[in-house]
Amino acid sequence: MELGALATHMLQLPHVNYTAIMPELILLGGMLLLLLVSALFKKGLPTEFYASSTVAIGIASLIASLVLYHDVEAHSAFNAIGHAIDIDGFSVLFLTLVSCIVIVYAFLSVAYLQREQTGGVEYYALALISCSGAMFMASANDLILIFIGLEILSIPLYVMAGMDQLREASGEAAMKYFILGAFSSAIFLYGIALTYGATGSVNLAEISAFLAKNVILGNGVLLAGMGLLLIGFFFKIAAVPFHFWTPDVYQGSPTIATGFMAAIAKAGAFAAFIRVFMASFPSLASDWQPILWVVVLLTTLLGATVALVQKDIKRMLAYSSINHAGFILLGLQAASQKGIGASLYYVFVYSFLVLGTFAIVAISGAKGDALHDIDDLQGYAKRHPFLATSLAIFLLAQAGAPFTTGFLAKLQVVTAAVEAHSYALAVIAMISAAIATGFYLRLVYKMFGAESSEAAFETPSQLQQTADSVEVGTSFSGIESDTGSAPALATLQGGVALATLESEESEVYGLSPLGKLGVSPWLATGLALCLGVTIVFGFWPQPLVDFANHATLLFN
Amino acid sequence: MISFPYLTTLLLIPIGAALALLFVPGKYKKLIHTFAVTASVVIFGFSAFILDEFKTGVSGYQMVTTHSWFGSLGINYSLGIDGISLFLVMMTTLLFPIALAGANEKRNTKTFAIWTLLLEAACIGSFLSIDLLLFFIFFEATLVPVYFLMVEFGYEKRGYAAVKFFIYTFTGSAFLLVAILSLAFIHQSQTHVLTFSVIQLEHTHLTSVAGVLLFLGFTAAFAVKAPIFPFHSWSPDAYSQSPTSGSILLAGVMAKLGSYGIIRFDLGLFPHTVVLLAPLFMTLGVIGIIYGGIVAAKQRNLKRLVAFSSLAHLGFIVMGAFALSDQSVTGAVIQMLNHGIYTAALFLLIAMIYRRKGTMSLDEIRGMQKSAPILAAVFILMVMASIGVPGLNGFVGEFLILMGTFITHRWWAVVGVLGVVVAAVYMLWAYQQAFHGPEKGEYLKNAPRDLTLKEGLVLAPLVILVVLLGVYPKPFLNRITPSVDKLIIHVENKSQLKLPGNAKPIAFRYDKKSAINDKTLLSNSDSKVGNASKAVLTGIVMPISSCITGNKVATGRASQTGYYVWSVGKSFCRQGVSK
Repeated sequence: MELGALATHMLQLPHVNYTAIMPELILLGGMLLLLLVSALFKKGLPTEFYASSTVAIGIASLIASLVLYHDVEAHSAFNAIGHAIDIDGFSVLFLTLVSCIVIVYAFLSVAYLQREQTGGVEYYALALISCSGAMFMASANDLILIFIGLEILSIPLYVMAGMDQLREASGEAAMKYFILGAFSSAIFLYGIALTYGATGSVNLAEISAFLAKNVILGNGVLLAGMGLLLIGFFFKIAAVPFHFWTPDVYQGSPTIATGFMAAIAKAGAFAAFIRVFMASFPSLASDWQPILWVVVLLTTLLGATVALVQKDIKRMLAYSSINHAGFILLGLQAASQKGIGASLYYVFVYSFLVLGTFAIVAISGAKGDALHDIDDLQGYAKRHPFLATSLAIFLLAQAGAPFTTGFLAKLQVVTAAVEAHSYALAVIAMISAAIATGFYLRLVYKMFGAESSEAAFETPSQLQQTADSVEVGTSFSGIESDTGSAPALATLQGGVALATLESEESEVYGLSPLGKLGVSPWLATGLALCLGVTIVFGFWPQPLVDFANHATLLFN
Repeated sequence: MISFPYLTTLLLIPIGAALALLFVPGKYKKLIHTFAVTASVVIFGFSAFILDEFKTGVSGYQMVTTHSWFGSLGINYSLGIDGISLFLVMMTTLLFPIALAGANEKRNTKTFAIWTLLLEAACIGSFLSIDLLLFFIFFEATLVPVYFLMVEFGYEKRGYAAVKFFIYTFTGSAFLLVAILSLAFIHQSQTHVLTFSVIQLEHTHLTSVAGVLLFLGFTAAFAVKAPIFPFHSWSPDAYSQSPTSGSILLAGVMAKLGSYGIIRFDLGLFPHTVVLLAPLFMTLGVIGIIYGGIVAAKQRNLKRLVAFSSLAHLGFIVMGAFALSDQSVTGAVIQMLNHGIYTAALFLLIAMIYRRKGTMSLDEIRGMQKSAPILAAVFILMVMASIGVPGLNGFVGEFLILMGTFITHRWWAVVGVLGVVVAAVYMLWAYQQAFHGPEKGEYLKNAPRDLTLKEGLVLAPLVILVVLLGVYPKPFLNRITPSVDKLIIHVENKSQLKLPGNAKPIAFRYDKKSAINDKTLLSNSDSKVGNASKAVLTGIVMPISSCITGNKVATGRASQTGYYVWSVGKSFCRQGVSK
């Protein structure tokens, strides 16, 4: 008793409101359960089991997020756990988004993991941890909690980057990501320390209140702290000139992990970025806006131009993601309600785009991520019309084609920039978008326009092995009846090799139920979700836009 | 006052047809083709219905529908039609069935039909939008179908051409988007209403610097799309590497999006700046006329030749639009229509030659007239229309433009008229080489010799229009002039500048009691002089041009043609005097 009284006297523990962190708890608890169950079975369970459990966990956390959304709608925003957690429209938006990312990722990853025969639980457990980190970052009202969230987000991603033990590049990616990530975390932490030194608090609201009340004459420490925080965020979102890790990590990681990483790391980092700078440092906007101006300029232009000359699809998409980061920053640079709403909308729709894009790239990459050269996509539309069409839609949406969410996202950030009188920046960003269409269309052209040639299909080594098993010069009828998708191939040059590749692929994916589409039901569902968001909200933008704008209104 | 949503229906039919086709298996090629052509003919029929409903003599937008689409940004789904857009919509709905029927792709009919129908919807949407951002969205949306048409059905260098085309136009659009947004926010700061409605934005007060910058932002996109002289380098590649349907639609319809944008938005929104910068853009137009003509004369590939001739014709349209007189702007609108018609016909004819000879190079085709006389006849008719021979449609447009320009900006007209001469040189030259002289070049196996019935049917509407517009342009002018008139008055009022040409009463200015007709047009003393001098010029220049070729037979024929042109012109003048 005495000891207890002493402890409470020494350390006042805040009341923990568990509903406020329910989505995070669901993800983490679910993850533990999943690991436990998988440990009980020596042989391991089928990938579908892990995926369906993850979907269930994702749906549960989505429901919890929507309950919180309802709470916020009904009773306004609230603080919890000693003001460290802030549940407002902003955090609810990200809780919802992250839950959606979990669900979509679970659907999309099955086909890839089955093909790689690594269908272990790790991919799902790590993703769940990472997602809970992103959720903490989004709802944190405290720099320390943001840092913890950042680490929870990042460490699983380092591991995921190195999951493919058969490829050296994967290990290299993990190492690079880890070292640079740790480095940026340190910088970020130092930024927190300096900010604390200058303002006497790590609570975002208190920092803001302090800055509003006091005029700091020599604000060198504060500015240094803010600058270091900026650098930490720039690392995480891959803004130029802190982007050097991106292409290598994107290229080296297992492709499905790349897609997940692109979605979740951007979502989490931007959530914290926007909250810190709009909640704590709005009064210093005149100091950080010019920095963002330059960074947006560099990020959009460099991302678009360097992507043009890439030969590897994943590398190209890495630079494209840099370009998108520039666009999202463009909304933040405006430092206005509209700008934040636009950035949030952009992050939201981009997550679905990038997940869908990488899922298809992962499938097209063949076993061992061997076929990621742009030329490998040649004639993809003939082999997999559904996948090629979906990928084309995602790419066009990323390029900003009308009647997709990608267009509305670009439209909104540019609108915000123009309203904030950053005309030059708006024009430059749009020109970078024009340049970017060059490489998106190059992929589309490869898939749809270019005639398939033998050369494109000679690269994969397993082709040689499989081709041996087919008698060259005989009719393809046997293969056709097996795969059901071969008639078009038979007309192609190198049809023999292709048809065998095709038949091998179909075995691995378990094509039978949706054989006509050439994809498994899991992949089809995941893609349908991404396509649905991209197209439906492209035609009917208001609900999603309202959702994003709502998040800014409830900003404390 | 709820009326039938004509324009929305017009927009929805092609989209609906394209969606329906999505569910038809690709192997039923005949069915898909028939369905697509029928759908596009239905669209044309429906647009004819709109033409019937259109009230002649009303200058403002008609059949307006407005719904809020994207409330928080102030974007409305807002459609309307007036005299300037009416015939462009008609031309669009006419050219699409022709492109679908006349340039069907046998290889992948389904994809072809779907993209073409979607492109039709996007083009119609662009011409009908009276909300700037809605226009921008449709304007951008045209790119995607065209890209896929080029990439799937084009010629060898299609990938390069398509990407070049896309990036050029997209860069122009970047400026357009920022300019649209800036204009809306300037308007918002003055009125506290965020809107993109063209009608309301016309009343924005702009400082001269802001006006110039915004104008340049708008014009960047339109100049690329049209294309105007220094921004044209994508067009020969895109036109020549596109499939026939793509060339028809690019040159016939999509190029008009650019010139339409100039007339509708540049003139309407930035009257002050337009007056200020008119000489610059007229100069670019004139350079386009001359340069396009000269380069066209050097081309050996027929498609590239027509591509460069398009540059010249678009030069005329730009010159007319910026000359800012009633006649010249009316002429520019009419000329957009004309250009769409005869360029489409020429691209179709070139495709027919290609089908017979397997080449489009002038080096490998000779003397086709002997084996394909009707084809040759239609070809020379279109060539004449394109040159601007009186009695055919090209004359009406070019003449109005030249006359209108002469009134306000004399010297540009003087230089611009040389373009007519150059046009005669390269067009007739090409015709001579391809159709006259000893026959050269084998026909392909199974290729028909002369026009088949189907080809004739496809070309027939174009032939009829070329003659009808040339002989009896009155019904067209009656509907166009009120809107143009209103636009010019708007420009005059806003710019507070009395345009020199409009100081004196012009027979042409629209008047409700005495609607303009071709009699006044032709009895106008200016027109007589223009007519005669043009006929004489053509008569003189053509023999000279054929002398350059050094071909005696050709020289003889050219002189004959020249004489024919001259006599037609003469009879026209007489007719004018006698009435």
